[in-house]
Amino acid sequence: MAKGSLKSGKIHQSWHDTVFDIINITIMVILFVLFVWPLLFVFSASFSDPNAVWNGKMWGIPVGFNVECYKTILRYKNIWVGYRNTIVYTVLGTVINLIMTICAAYPLSRKDFVPRNFLMGMFVFTMYFGGGLIPTYLVVQKLGMLDTLWAMVIPGAVSIYNVIVTRTYFQSNIPESLQEVAELDGANSAQFLIYIVLPLSAPIIAVMALYYGVGHWNSYFSALIYLQDMKKYPLQMFLRDILIQNEVDLNMFGLDTAQAEAKQRLAQTIKYGVIIVASVPVLCIYPFVQKYFVKGVMIGAIKG
Amino acid sequence: MTMKKKKKSYFFRLGKDMRKNPILYLMILPVVAYYIIFHYVPMYGIQIAFKDFIPKLGFSGSPWVGFDHFTRFFSGYNFRNLLLNTIGISVYGLLAGFPIPILFALLLNYLPGKWFRKSVQMVSYAPNFISTVVMCGIITIFLTPDTGIVSQLIKSFGGSSVSFLSVPEYFKSIYVWTGVWQGMGFGSIIYISALSGVDYQIHEAAIIDGATKFQRITHIDIPSIAPTMIVLLILSLGSIMGVGFEKVYLLQNPLNMSASDVISTYVYRVGLIDSDYSYSTAIGLFNSVINAILLVTVNSIAKKFSSTSLW
Repeated sequence: MAKGSLKSGKIHQSWHDTVFDIINITIMVILFVLFVWPLLFVFSASFSDPNAVWNGKMWGIPVGFNVECYKTILRYKNIWVGYRNTIVYTVLGTVINLIMTICAAYPLSRKDFVPRNFLMGMFVFTMYFGGGLIPTYLVVQKLGMLDTLWAMVIPGAVSIYNVIVTRTYFQSNIPESLQEVAELDGANSAQFLIYIVLPLSAPIIAVMALYYGVGHWNSYFSALIYLQDMKKYPLQMFLRDILIQNEVDLNMFGLDTAQAEAKQRLAQTIKYGVIIVASVPVLCIYPFVQKYFVKGVMIGAIKG
Repeated sequence: MTMKKKKKSYFFRLGKDMRKNPILYLMILPVVAYYIIFHYVPMYGIQIAFKDFIPKLGFSGSPWVGFDHFTRFFSGYNFRNLLLNTIGISVYGLLAGFPIPILFALLLNYLPGKWFRKSVQMVSYAPNFISTVVMCGIITIFLTPDTGIVSQLIKSFGGSSVSFLSVPEYFKSIYVWTGVWQGMGFGSIIYISALSGVDYQIHEAAIIDGATKFQRITHIDIPSIAPTMIVLLILSLGSIMGVGFEKVYLLQNPLNMSASDVISTYVYRVGLIDSDYSYSTAIGLFNSVINAILLVTVNSIAKKFSSTSLW
């Protein structure tokens, strides 16, 4: 996007281009609102007076500042059990993912690694064909992982897409001559990887950690399939109960409002609050890490 | 003879390399083990689609039943419906979800004002990071009859409230357009990066020749990003049978079931809720075989008509 030259073209702008610009700006303003408004609404609704939200008096700006729902959520034990479990799964899962991805990507990035084409083919094939839900479930069951922490982190230990992206990064950013020099100095492959390749690859490792981390934070499918014990549920499973299956038991929240309707109103606001509480970690880091995600897509795009 | 010689030399080189760089082999060993255990053993387990799986006897010990499970699925009362819903949702999703990120990237590229362009880009990526559960939660709350914001909007314009998620006819549109909302920003990144790679001299020459922005889009930008478009189109055509389980499952309810039941949710229900392992595996296999055939076919067509293909 060579900005300066685009601007100079503007001096002789034809009416065609003016019409184009007007339509373009209009579409983008509408899209901007469409992207921001639903998120703003959820945010504002959680801070508003439950009655105003219930009666449709809140359109985006909080009405009657109110943190009642957050006080209630603080007392809801399941949310915090879920939070703790999700943090454990995310941290452990991401560490395993990173180790496995580097262990796969580094040898595959080396031109002198003899079985690289064979192993690459073996890994990539699984992108297009797999055993499916039940055979995979039976293997996990046979390994005794059902209802354990391991079922949440091991079956998805590597994503081949991320291996390809990391390998491409190694190939295009670590010059081969560097390896020759290191070998002449008597460094073995492990030393070369730890002291030279990894420090040079901090950006891609950050991108991978983010990809995997957000994936774990947002994941609910493995928990649905492999976990029975509620004490081990990640946050997303409790969210499903509250948001989709409408299981907002106000008694469980430690409340006993007398009127049924007042209960319902508060329950609705609680749902908005729960969405915010669950998304806060991702929302907080989002503005800072957004460009790394973009970088990841771009590195992935040049794999050819 | 030459084949044999070649083969021998491959293993010879492999052995030599293993002695020279044992660390590389040690590193990749856990990854190979992972792929064998969690991908290739389940593939071996696919044989239970042709068997009556008895847990005690395992994958290979269970008795063969041939194509019984497949016949049962094809002649089942809901086969037609499952197939039509699966393909219907995918094709609809592809028709909306494929061109929109491209159009978005093309328009964004010509948007005046750097600050405005960056802001639109930034907010458009945000929905991508919302989890499926939260996304479906927002959809459910917004579409609640009477008190949901969409119903409030309709009422404020004088209409009456609608229970959107209970009407089967609306299901596919809800699924597809919320998906577009969530994915279009992130999906456009790849095109934006392809567009930024276009040599600006071509644009300057076109401007001097009096080309309008619209003409520059159709004559310069679209041809430049065509290879990217083709690769992504092949990938999405190849997964036409693979409607994501999570979102459909979360938006499903008994009232919209006739439009929302797809193969993946059926595989889950039959397999893990009813524990009919062999039948469920057979349906899953049917699904992935069609997918693989589609992918290979589309790829070879793309190869024939353009120089771009996956392999």
